[in-house]
Amino acid sequence: MRGDGALERLGREGRIVVVGASLAGLRAAEALRDEGFAGSLTVIGDEPHEPYDRPPLSKQVLLGRASAGRTALPRLRAVDATWRLGVAASGLDMAAGLVRLADGDEVPYDRLLIATGVRARPWPQEAEAELDGVFVLRTSDDSAALARRLDAGPERVLVIGAGFTGSEIASACRERGLPVTVAERGAAPLVGALGGVVGAVAADMQREGGVDLRCGVMVTALEGDASGRVRAARLSDGSTVETDVVVVSLGATRNTEWLAGSGLGAGPRGIACDAGCRAFDIRGIVTDDIYAAGDVARCPHPLFGYQFLALEHWGNAVAQARIAAHNMLSESAERVPHMEVPSFWSAQFGVNIKSVGVPSMATEILITQGSLESRRFVGVYGYQGRVIGAVSFDHGRWLPFYQELIETTAPFPPPFATVDRRPGGQRPVDADFPDPSVPTHGPTVTLSGYSPADRRTTFTPAH
Amino acid sequence: MPLERTDPVVRIAVDLNRCQGYAQCAFLAPDVFAMHGEEALLYVPEADEEQREQLARAVAACPVQAILVDAVDVPAEAVSGAR
Ligand SMILES: Cc1cc2nc3c(=O)[nH]c(=O)nc-3n(C[C@H](O)[C@H](O)[C@H](O)COP(=O)(O)OP(=O)(O)OC[C@H]3O[C@@H](n4cnc5c(N)ncnc54)[C@H](O)[C@@H]3O)c2cc1C
Ligand code: SF4
Repeated sequence: MRGDGALERLGREGRIVVVGASLAGLRAAEALRDEGFAGSLTVIGDEPHEPYDRPPLSKQVLLGRASAGRTALPRLRAVDATWRLGVAASGLDMAAGLVRLADGDEVPYDRLLIATGVRARPWPQEAEAELDGVFVLRTSDDSAALARRLDAGPERVLVIGAGFTGSEIASACRERGLPVTVAERGAAPLVGALGGVVGAVAADMQREGGVDLRCGVMVTALEGDASGRVRAARLSDGSTVETDVVVVSLGATRNTEWLAGSGLGAGPRGIACDAGCRAFDIRGIVTDDIYAAGDVARCPHPLFGYQFLALEHWGNAVAQARIAAHNMLSESAERVPHMEVPSFWSAQFGVNIKSVGVPSMATEILITQGSLESRRFVGVYGYQGRVIGAVSFDHGRWLPFYQELIETTAPFPPPFATVDRRPGGQRPVDADFPDPSVPTHGPTVTLSGYSPADRRTTFTPAH
Repeated sequence: MPLERTDPVVRIAVDLNRCQGYAQCAFLAPDVFAMHGEEALLYVPEADEEQREQLARAVAACPVQAILVDAVDVPAEAVSGAR
């Protein structure tokens, strides 16, 4: 291809198709134009809305400080795209180079970016999931429906699953004065993402915030009344919670079904791609015209043993969108890898939680600043003698320092004696992550092994 | 439907990975940004026309340039296949 003008032609008059019109899709479209792409750009999205931002949906919107329909993403530049909204991509023909749409249309491409993200995992019992008052939270429509119900002043809200989203929902409800029960199968909230040491702090925050927090239990059934409204939930410890609003926060499922049978290396764990966001086919051969970005992608990360990482993080979607856009239009020598250190934030119970690296890979944790008791601290995560991640509770300004330790593969425990000296010494302790074979709710980072053709699922729902 | 808007608004997103909670924005554009607890930032994702000026001041003052706002107007772009 080199030197034969194909890339120049692509840049001038090629056809680029983006499937998924959300954060990664929009940012990629903008980046393609930034890179000088002058050809035709089509963005396909199954939601009827223009690209919008999701983090406010479990925060500002549920607090009543913004409305769900008004979190559209800012446009950082004009993209001059054809938007095909409200229609899903239903198939991919790799040989012919075209995307099939649910309305029967076909859209040919020279380069394809897949950014179809994830969707909320529904309550597994279908009839129970359909009861009035049972919600999930992923889309702006979900958020609008839940916010409306919260406005009506329910008797009690039951949140199933205390990952980040579930915990943020519980926090917003408490702030509005609503009675809340949280049921979590793990030993503590956030335990899958941050481990038991930090999870215990999250549990204290919830209880002090007035949440009726039940850990180590599963919801076994939801019960409705004659009119089909949810009334109660049965728990595995034999207890019953009377509730009229249930929010199912059991993590997410990757939107890859539409690629089944296409020959692309896509499955329930996401779309396997190389560090440059190029997707693998099921034979483990990297394609040169299909890219993936955002929540749906899983890429090997050099800093984390080249494990394929699937990250459900805002920053990851933005970064991968740019990488994919650049690489699509570049010669192989000019391609760049996605090397960003994973990072995310969450705000709940008045505390700002931030994290860098991959805490869930760690075995040990060391509190290097502040204290767990004060809920203002930095915890550093260690794995095989290396700093692998860090988390801060109301100590976010320090994270860039720890990010550098991760980037430079600094030894764990870190070389500095203390950052702020406290009695009690500085000893790493077991980070207390749950057995990885037992699924927790919403870890947001998934280490998904090495095989691009892997189609196994790991999640087995309760029951 | 969704791509048509009648009221002029400025869309806002804050890269909260970057945000260091310095609160300059909350000081300069209190109608749009507010601190929530010690360090967390809450903002209104769409500001009204009359907040445009204070918003611009906040964007410029953020020491880590974490505040993203519309650089172009709501797209007058082709939409097809929708509904
Ligand atoms: C409530 C909530 C709170 C969050 N809070 C935080 C936070 O505090 N911090 C943080 O770092 N991250 C947070 N996130 C995660 C962050 O929003 C995601 O990482 C981000 O949205 C990923 O963007 P994406 O474009 O990859 O995928 P998505 O936003 O999931 O978008 C994918 C789009 O593709 C569409 N699609 C799917 N299948 C098809 C198809 N076949 N054809 C056409 N279109 C299709 C989907 O409908 C969707 O519109 C939060 C997410 C949620 C839901
Ligand atoms: S000025 Fe910037 S860094 Fe400070 S709180 Fe606002 S967004 Fe965050």
